[in-house]
Amino acid sequence: MALMLVKFDLKKRVKLAQSVWFMYWFAVLAGVLVFSMGLFFKIELRKRSELMDNNESHFLPNLLILMGLIACGINAFGGKVCYDSLDPTKFAKWKPMLKSFLVFCVVFNALLFVTALLCFLMRIPLQFTLAEGLRNGMKYYKDTDTPGRCYMKRTLDLMQMEFRCCGNDNYRDWFEIQWVSNRYLDFSAKEVKDRIGSNVDGQYLMDGVPFSCCNPSSPRPCIQLQMTNNSAHYSYDHYTEELNVWKRGCRDALLSYYGGMMNTIGALVILVIMLEIAVTVGMQYVNSSLSTLANPEDPESESEGWILEKTVKETFTDIMDKMKAMGKGGKVEEGGEAAVATVS
Amino acid sequence: MAVGKVTFSKAEREKLAEVLWLLNWISVVTGVILFSLGLFLKVEIQKWAEVMSEHGTFYVPHMLITTGLAACCINYLGGQICLDCADTNKFLRWKLVMMPYIVCTFFFTSCVLAGALMCYSIRSQLEESLFLGLRNAMRYYKDTDTPGRCYLKRTVDMLQIQFQCCGNTGYRDWFQIQWISSRYLDMTNSAVVDRLRSNVEGKYLMDGVPFSCCSTFSPRPCIQQHLNNRTAHLHYDQQSQQQNLWRRGCRQALLDHYTGIMESIGLTVLLIWLFELLVLTGVRYLQTAMENVLLLGDPDLESYGWILENSLAEMARSNFNIIKNLGKCYQVDDDPNINVPTAAAEREVPSQQVQVPVTS
Repeated sequence: MALMLVKFDLKKRVKLAQSVWFMYWFAVLAGVLVFSMGLFFKIELRKRSELMDNNESHFLPNLLILMGLIACGINAFGGKVCYDSLDPTKFAKWKPMLKSFLVFCVVFNALLFVTALLCFLMRIPLQFTLAEGLRNGMKYYKDTDTPGRCYMKRTLDLMQMEFRCCGNDNYRDWFEIQWVSNRYLDFSAKEVKDRIGSNVDGQYLMDGVPFSCCNPSSPRPCIQLQMTNNSAHYSYDHYTEELNVWKRGCRDALLSYYGGMMNTIGALVILVIMLEIAVTVGMQYVNSSLSTLANPEDPESESEGWILEKTVKETFTDIMDKMKAMGKGGKVEEGGEAAVATVS
Repeated sequence: MAVGKVTFSKAEREKLAEVLWLLNWISVVTGVILFSLGLFLKVEIQKWAEVMSEHGTFYVPHMLITTGLAACCINYLGGQICLDCADTNKFLRWKLVMMPYIVCTFFFTSCVLAGALMCYSIRSQLEESLFLGLRNAMRYYKDTDTPGRCYLKRTVDMLQIQFQCCGNTGYRDWFQIQWISSRYLDMTNSAVVDRLRSNVEGKYLMDGVPFSCCSTFSPRPCIQQHLNNRTAHLHYDQQSQQQNLWRRGCRQALLDHYTGIMESIGLTVLLIWLFELLVLTGVRYLQTAMENVLLLGDPDLESYGWILENSLAEMARSNFNIIKNLGKCYQVDDDPNINVPTAAAEREVPSQQVQVPVTS
């Protein structure tokens, strides 16, 4: 009892082959799409690798790129086979390869599913990488004279302006680190000495933030320094002041940006999986319908097409038997033939 | 003496018609391109329309949009005409429309040229508009509580951040206006009152700039206040000053941005104009060739095609004569068949009447 048996005559076979060929071309485009999405994601990660401490995992974009290339290859090959299936002589040379090709397609679809799953799960390690990277980035903000870190200030400023965020969790993170370099501190001034002395690590901490935290939508000019001191500014209450600096933390902002990107890519990969399943099923029908011609010499005879030759259960037991046979064939060969005979 | 006279055989005429049909369809595509260029320019100008004082700069995108739409329609019609022109019978349908169509297309093509030239000439008007617009925007920077101006602060800040510029000509423009609203000034503070009094108009002027002027390339935290006071900041040397704020003025930045866009658009429109001219010449040749074939009577014969029937000078002369004769229609004509009542005939009638009573 075959699974999903369908009867085919010549016209139906030709129509099937044509539509599957057409779908294969769409699948090639889908493969190109997956490849370009992987490339895009890789470039986006590279752009901000400084904020992730150069530690980010490029596993997912590399996997997407690889899957895209394999998809293009498989689908182009499948399209060619479908095109040739209309001509019995050309199809004969592809016939022996088809079974293994279809098995490979099924395995590839499973791998694509794993990729889609990864897209949704990658958010978690990214969160930790970003937290670590941003903390270090803020620590090195002032080191514009240290080689290797001299662009950290610019990177952080541009990021805070672009993503409309301030600090790691919020703007108070800037109060806990020294972001003004010692080169620009006047050590002869009493105020500076007091501040450095009041602190265990000898750091110049202040309740101020860099200019890139300022919100342009604020109705008053930006208050960056002495933010917690209400009396330092006229008509200012730092508890109720909402629009002065960006309220959001940069970790949240970057996470939602990358998370959105990965969700979109995951959803698109799932659509590509559905297309791939459709073309694989179509190819199986083409293969089975061309192998069961009632009269092999007459191309116009009727034939049957199916997804599986036997029911799911029987196919599964067949596969298990074959695997057992392969396993036993590796053992000592003296009783090997007898063992194979009893199993099958 | 015809201008650009070329002989066309039947096969050549048909080929010309086919080629022109294809070119007309390509022209439809270029018309769409023209339309989208106009739309793009409109959106770009709209983005920063708040810092431009007048809306005269909208002429260019509107011109491009209308010319683009007209191009699509005219070239679609042209495609239909050229498709029919291969056959002399179908050409008869279009015979009367052809000449007005060609004249229309000629005027339309000159509109395209005018659009391209406008793109290049808009620079001086844009500069003036930006100068006034930016000056007003900076003046109203502090008025975040006035309806109609409350978003100017945000617009100017975003402009300075995005285009990496400060002020109108330079950062010193901010020293000459009050950009901090009086709502946030402590009037009981003697320093504030002194500053207000030291100024004829009672404005709170200071040597400071808004945060959006800060340069991201500066190695030190941004210095926004007391910019003229060297001693107020540690190691505030020449290099620190150079890198601290954005040096360029926003007028120059916006001008460069828009001039770049308009120059590219102008070049594309010029190329489209040349293409349209080519198509127009082809259609003119096809029209004259088909008309001459109809005059000869046999559609299989060779015929002449030209751009102008006579040379330019002769055409000008004949047009001039037509205009002259339009004015002459009420004057005396030398044709003997026309009975024109002259002064001599009028004098004759009264002398006869006098003779009759004498004889009776």
